[in-house]
Amino acid sequence: MSIVSSPSPSMMPAIDATGVARRFGASWVLRGLTLRVEPGEVVGLLGANGSGKSTLLRILATLLRPHAGSARVCGHDVVVAPGRVRESVGYLGHAPGLYDDLTARENLTFAAAMLDRDEHDADRALERVGLLDVGARPVRGFSSGMQRRLAIARLLLVRPRLLLLDEPYSNLDASGVSLMNSLIAEWASAGVAALVVLHEDTPAAGLLDRTVSIENGRIESTRRSRVEPASPMAVRA
Amino acid sequence: MNQVALSAPVAAKRVDRTLWFGWFAFAFLIASQAIAIAISPPDRDMGDLQKIMYVHVPSAWMTMLAPLTVLVFALRYLVRGREEDDLLAAAAAEVAVAFAGLTLVLGMIWARPTWGVWWTWDARLTSTLVLFMILVGYLAVRALVDERERRARWSAAVGVLGAINVPIVYMSVRWWRTIHQIQSSPATVDPAYVIGLRLNAFAFLFVMIYCIRRRYDAALIERSAERASEAAALGDASVTGESLNGR
Amino acid sequence: MSTWRHEWRRARAIAWKDLTAERRSKAGFNAVVALAVTILVMFGFALGPDAQVIRDAAPGAIWLAVLFAGVLAFNRSYQVELDGSALEQLILYPGGRRSIFAGKLLANFAFVALMLAIVITVGIVLFQVRLPPNWPALLVIVLLGAIGLVTLGTFYAAMASRSRAREVLLPLLLFPMLVPVLLAAVEATKALLGGNLMGDASAWGRLLAAFDVVFLAAAFLAFESVIEV
Repeated sequence: MSIVSSPSPSMMPAIDATGVARRFGASWVLRGLTLRVEPGEVVGLLGANGSGKSTLLRILATLLRPHAGSARVCGHDVVVAPGRVRESVGYLGHAPGLYDDLTARENLTFAAAMLDRDEHDADRALERVGLLDVGARPVRGFSSGMQRRLAIARLLLVRPRLLLLDEPYSNLDASGVSLMNSLIAEWASAGVAALVVLHEDTPAAGLLDRTVSIENGRIESTRRSRVEPASPMAVRA
Repeated sequence: MNQVALSAPVAAKRVDRTLWFGWFAFAFLIASQAIAIAISPPDRDMGDLQKIMYVHVPSAWMTMLAPLTVLVFALRYLVRGREEDDLLAAAAAEVAVAFAGLTLVLGMIWARPTWGVWWTWDARLTSTLVLFMILVGYLAVRALVDERERRARWSAAVGVLGAINVPIVYMSVRWWRTIHQIQSSPATVDPAYVIGLRLNAFAFLFVMIYCIRRRYDAALIERSAERASEAAALGDASVTGESLNGR
Repeated sequence: MSTWRHEWRRARAIAWKDLTAERRSKAGFNAVVALAVTILVMFGFALGPDAQVIRDAAPGAIWLAVLFAGVLAFNRSYQVELDGSALEQLILYPGGRRSIFAGKLLANFAFVALMLAIVITVGIVLFQVRLPPNWPALLVIVLLGAIGLVTLGTFYAAMASRSRAREVLLPLLLFPMLVPVLLAAVEATKALLGGNLMGDASAWGRLLAAFDVVFLAAAFLAFESVIEV
């Protein structure tokens, strides 16, 4: 199935976060982070373990509230209008978020019902990620790679303007990696922006417009990958 | 983000006014108790035990009023999302639990010499017990949820539903009692006692307002301190020794 | 923005999903019903063996058994979301939160209704209850009571299942709120079993119906605040 993005891409930035801060217990993970992603931009997010990459994604996906600062996704504030944000966003997190006792196909038809999509879209999505022949097996028996593929299939049912992908390549084998790459490329050419959490040596490098890295809870440097490889600009946001 | 900060002079002035009100409330209470005890004759049946009514009955009335306060502020929080409403609702709930407990204990102290038993499943006292349990549930939610915003939302929902249930509980317990036709609750009020009761009702009202106010102010001060430490932690970008959690 | 049709589709999907997952997990329903029956039997031991005593105690014992076992059922209905972090995904689907409540409500109602059927049957046998000729009225009371139980159970479990001490928090919150339901259901049942001489049963039935309406509305309205992350 081909990527469908929502009609009339907006002129508003896909992500407009200012001074975002979040703590867990007594320690601060994000401390006044500022980031801007334009519509259609594909941005890689780097950072050490525990630097707050996942936290940032979850805040932008409206799964966590910022304790300070503000974040707007596709023009909507994540705290004030989470419903609107959710209509525009596709989130792929660490946890697969699947129902173990349902089959792969049932998981997708459930997602289709929740997203008000046609049931046939569920089958097409299954096929696209290469899980059609195991569609009738309960997810409980799936490997983590297969679960990741199923989660990607679910993402195909959403029609996002912004993708938030948290280490999407983890657990994927070679064919899974190339699947992910071609999907991101298709999304990008359809005008969908993306913020992708990666590691340094992830195979997605060619797809990124730029990479940013988080240090000390803020965006500390940003590098343009498609332009000439200059030394990383240390932009204190 | 809502700013719930008290500047030091404003806070001090507030505490001053509250303190004066507190003195007034307690003085009024003592005076009301004294007057009520002095002017009312001993009851035909209960003798001087009747005097406990001047604490028990107003306490019971406050036990009805306090959940109403919780309801109002919990609703306001759900609608407007302002932190102050949540803190006020929580303060009112804590005071309500205290008054409910007081009402129950006094009710039992009254029941023992009167009926020979500590507890009679009387409609009003039983409803107070259920209200007490509902309030304990509210406080349990506040104690068990750490995330501030979630705690406010959840306890507001629990508070609103709990408060709505109070009249329904009372009605069902009363019907339940009349069906089984056990002795009805004590104290239909003789006109001789009305003045004492009214005076003390107001006295208890003032004391309750004072207690809620105090508790609320304490919560505000806690909150200001939290905000100050948050701002300090955020402004200090060079702290590297702090440990970073999981993600 | 979602339409009613979409919201209904969502609710149905959630109800179907809950019931299917429950059916396939093999453990859930059977264990909960077994617990309810066990509680009933223990009541029998605690109160019996005098036939008249346990016959009088039957309505109370049956409803209490359902209440205690129900607590497990309600927490379980959210457990399926928490196990695989599916709750986050559920929240992320754009659309009304009320359809989530509606779906879970329907699934839990089916679960509790089936459980009640089994427990009542066992209770009638164990406690030597004699069914009156107007037993359909009994059915109405049972249904009204079940609605109240399931509404509040589904509502409070949305919070309890995601907090610390969930086994304690749910009963702590739920049971005081169910006092009117317990009183009404037990008294109406007693009245009907005794031939309803005083016409009490319909009064209690009306109280139950009013309770159900009030709390269905309140729970629907408040659910949004409670299900959010």
